[in-house]
Amino acid sequence: MKEKVGVYVCHCGSNIAGIVDVEEVAKWAGVNLEDVVVSKDYKFMCSSLGQELIEEDIKKDGLTRIVVAACSPHLHEKTFRRAAETAGMNPYLTQMANIREHISWTTKDKKAATEKVKAMVAAAVERVKVQEPLEPKFVDVNPNTLVIGGGIAGIQASLELADAGYHVYLVEREPSIGGHMAQFDKTFPTLDCSACILTPKMSDVGLHENITLMTWAELEELSGSVGNFKAKIRKRAKYVDEVLCTGCGICIEKCPRKVVDNVFEAGLGVRKAIYVPFAQAVPKYPVIDTETCIYFDTGKCKACEKFCPTDAIVWDQKDEIIEVDVGNVIIATGWDLFDCKRIPQYGYGRIANVFTNLEFERMCNAAGPTAGKIFMRDGVTEPKSIGIVHCVGSRDKNYNEYCSAVCCMAALKFGHLVMEKTEAEVYSFYIDMRPNQKGYEEFYQRLLDEGMNFVRGKVADISDVPRLPGEEGKIVVQVQDTLLGKQRRIPLDVVVLMGAMEPRFDAKDLGLKVGISCSMAGWFTERHPKLDPVATMTDGIFIAGACQGPKDIPAAVAQGAAAAARVQGMIAKGKVMIEPIVATIREESCSGCRICNNLCPYNAIEYLAEKEVSRVLHELCKGCGTCVAACPAQAITGAHFSNEQIFAELKGILYDAMGETERAAEPAVK
Amino acid sequence: MSDGTFEPKIVGFLCNWCSYRAADLAGSSRVKYPPNVRIIRVMCSGRVDPTFALKAFELGADGVLLAGCHPGECHYLEQNYKAMRRFSMLKHTLRAMKLEEERFQLLWASAAEGNRFAEHVAKMTEEVRKLGPLSWRRNWIEKGLDDKEIEKFLKEHEEAMEVPAR
Repeated sequence: MKEKVGVYVCHCGSNIAGIVDVEEVAKWAGVNLEDVVVSKDYKFMCSSLGQELIEEDIKKDGLTRIVVAACSPHLHEKTFRRAAETAGMNPYLTQMANIREHISWTTKDKKAATEKVKAMVAAAVERVKVQEPLEPKFVDVNPNTLVIGGGIAGIQASLELADAGYHVYLVEREPSIGGHMAQFDKTFPTLDCSACILTPKMSDVGLHENITLMTWAELEELSGSVGNFKAKIRKRAKYVDEVLCTGCGICIEKCPRKVVDNVFEAGLGVRKAIYVPFAQAVPKYPVIDTETCIYFDTGKCKACEKFCPTDAIVWDQKDEIIEVDVGNVIIATGWDLFDCKRIPQYGYGRIANVFTNLEFERMCNAAGPTAGKIFMRDGVTEPKSIGIVHCVGSRDKNYNEYCSAVCCMAALKFGHLVMEKTEAEVYSFYIDMRPNQKGYEEFYQRLLDEGMNFVRGKVADISDVPRLPGEEGKIVVQVQDTLLGKQRRIPLDVVVLMGAMEPRFDAKDLGLKVGISCSMAGWFTERHPKLDPVATMTDGIFIAGACQGPKDIPAAVAQGAAAAARVQGMIAKGKVMIEPIVATIREESCSGCRICNNLCPYNAIEYLAEKEVSRVLHELCKGCGTCVAACPAQAITGAHFSNEQIFAELKGILYDAMGETERAAEPAVK
Repeated sequence: MSDGTFEPKIVGFLCNWCSYRAADLAGSSRVKYPPNVRIIRVMCSGRVDPTFALKAFELGADGVLLAGCHPGECHYLEQNYKAMRRFSMLKHTLRAMKLEEERFQLLWASAAEGNRFAEHVAKMTEEVRKLGPLSWRRNWIEKGLDDKEIEKFLKEHEEAMEVPAR
């Protein structure tokens, strides 16, 4: 039976029609392409009227295949598949030609654009004729959810889901949840105490019957797909029995080994070898850090064990691998601070009184190493002047091009705290001030009124070598003041560098584990930057908070809640569709060479020894097609991307080149 | 062609997750590049069978571009490494068939690299334009790679062509 193909060319308003002669293309396709029985152009194909047009033609003219030349299939493939299905056609007998993103928006020459559109439409028509009906598969959605990362975004997501009655496995790498927010003293612009608003949420997580909290733990492996993931989680040995431990803290008090805490105290304070990161930690049980513990180093000590009133120290505890089944995964792994040593001219690590923003946070924090007093590095002298340098490692082509989004406000907050707590004069060295959320501009105005000095200009150099009188014993910030229009040298006691927010050092590894990608800067990539900011290209994997890009607390919380809402939507649906794009091996053609076996990263191909053939396990296959391309006997077909379909597409896409080939086949040479 | 200037036809095989989205991004950012590349979407660069490229050349393409995610960023974990190996092997064969290097290219472009994609297409278009049209069979004969040459080539690689007995 001959196929009856309908071709629909979209104007997309003037987005396509402004460059491409859509009427001409539609007319051309109707006349020149074999088996095309209907060919139309329409103002907006994706509108309900556009879809109805297709549906009517399918019913009226008995169309068996549909080609829509419009935008990217990533945007509207589903729309047109649904329209076809409504009219009683198999949804996989549709094909889109991407003539907007790939042609009209990228081409200046109208004639060339129209010619290219013809080739793309011809390709789609040739391809659609050999496409095969496929049946989408539906699988049940497991209502449990895995949340990776226990910062504020992960906490919010977990609580939303748990409160809705669904079970959550929350995995956190550190001994306690809380993330970066737990390190902060005050939150801008309202200046509420960070711990006061965070700790109730943390304890809610700890006590919630629907949350299984796993701290000191990391995701080891994720397999399966949307609706039915299997996660392997490595719970590192804490050497503390959580059932016996009461969290009294005597072990911590008695531990003789003090180490610099580079995580929670950002290197500014110390902790013990057995520790909880901070007083309000959830869970409250300590862990033993084997790298610094004297017993693990020398075999002697065991002070913690001796003083523990409940015998909760267990030396032979081993890492545990816990397997959980979940339907969806939310990733909220947050950010790392830019290593300010990478900008040597700013002197961090060389000049004692140059601090990072996280160090300064800890210094301002009443529960921090200085009990909230602002001192110079010696720990006793109160500074008389402080400079805050914005955009350290961000908005800078040499490090990170993006804006870290929170530093302006954090710098203003620091300015306020310094002026509140000390007599010091405060300078802010900024390039652009970006207080662009609710209440932020007002906070900026407040700091202007409070007398913070603002110097607009990029800091060139921070030095402790005096050049002019008055610079002895000071740190000198060299800056071009672009408002005054001159170079300035400003001597200060303390300088705070507002280091950039960077992707977690191991974000890429995690991305590979769960199958999502990172942007060039290293942040996890969302499905759509505007319309789908918490979903990813991998169904069932969501991202929330600063792992997606720099964010302040309100934005991270909003994303945590949004991701949870998306997951609830998945759970409420109960079933989820899985694309039937998988590979299949034809047994009769398979020689059992086993070339394909090791190519599959999902172990979806098994070898049947008794039959001497291989077989694809459809529930594991993700449809990449690498095995299809590798099979020397062409015994493997890739659904929706078969050789036949690609060759047909090639024939169409080069429809205007064929003549030349034929001419070349009979050369006038020799 | 009608007005006498040569416009190369390049077929681009782009993976669904990175490079196709890079091309989408180039579009939505309105980056302009030559209209000479015609795009075929595949789920992964690993799906690109060497015969796809050969078929494209046979059907009259002047160049073939294979584009996938950056190494380490493959949506299917590591399949772009396989694409990379196949690319090298096919390149080797095409070299033996006297095909100019510029006609078959590999590009890594992440979903965020619309500009990179556009720049590469512009560069490749110019390179292929300089070479002129590829007339597969005529070129063979002009360059002295006739049937005898092919037989010689096959003989040289006899060992590799042999299918080992199971």
